[in-house]
Amino acid sequence: MSFKSVTREVGGVIVIDMEGRITLGEGSNLLRDLIAEKLDAGHKQIVMNLAGINYIDSTGLGELVSSYRHVKSQGGELKLLNLNKKVSDLLQVTKLYTVFDVHSNESQAVASFHS
Amino acid sequence: MPSKPQRIEIVLETLIESIALAEDVGVRVAVAGGFDEDDQYKIGLAVHEAVMNAFQYGNREQRERKIYVVFELYPEKLVIHVTDQGTGFRLADVPDPRTDENVLGDSGRGVLLMRAFMDEFDVLVSATGGAEVVMSKRCRRQISQAS
Repeated sequence: MSFKSVTREVGGVIVIDMEGRITLGEGSNLLRDLIAEKLDAGHKQIVMNLAGINYIDSTGLGELVSSYRHVKSQGGELKLLNLNKKVSDLLQVTKLYTVFDVHSNESQAVASFHS
Repeated sequence: MPSKPQRIEIVLETLIESIALAEDVGVRVAVAGGFDEDDQYKIGLAVHEAVMNAFQYGNREQRERKIYVVFELYPEKLVIHVTDQGTGFRLADVPDPRTDENVLGDSGRGVLLMRAFMDEFDVLVSATGGAEVVMSKRCRRQISQAS
């Protein structure tokens, strides 16, 4: 399934619901454009809801890292929500768990920006 | 005497579509070899990463160059070769993306994932000077039957 996303605003935080694959040429470019668009619009608190993401390759992981760096460089924060086992395993193997603030509950993820 | 493997060879153009195509063939070979669902995914991702490397870095996205993928299916394991027509690379030159200085970098995750998901992994220099990724996965079904 190709990459799709829907953006919502919850308590002043942008939540991006994603589904499909984040791979080279299939999601990674769209993700980059989406984050740039949100930052340009002044949204600096972003949650990526990965519940519907069933596949990420190393390029997709690189895009998550690049998004993290981009948001951080603008003084914002990027957090991850609802990782399935495959994505969670990828973050463990690559040690990206040490970089990202990862949540399994949306309310807690949103509240964490205000704590 | 070791049994002769079933051998499947595919030759791909250097196209982005070739990555998913090779991954799909890898998963089908893994299914035929009796690998469980978790290993089918790992083998598919390893093939995806190797062909993506060949597409981007080896063949530098030049369509006329070829990517050769060979699957050798033995009763106890699957061996995969992915060869490009580039100038090769040394594993020692690939940064470890898990270190503090590289964790926010852009390089090394593909090799790391192939290493993590396969039992054996190496990069050789092919006869034409390109990179030849060689990796293998033992079939747990065969191991459990033998024990």
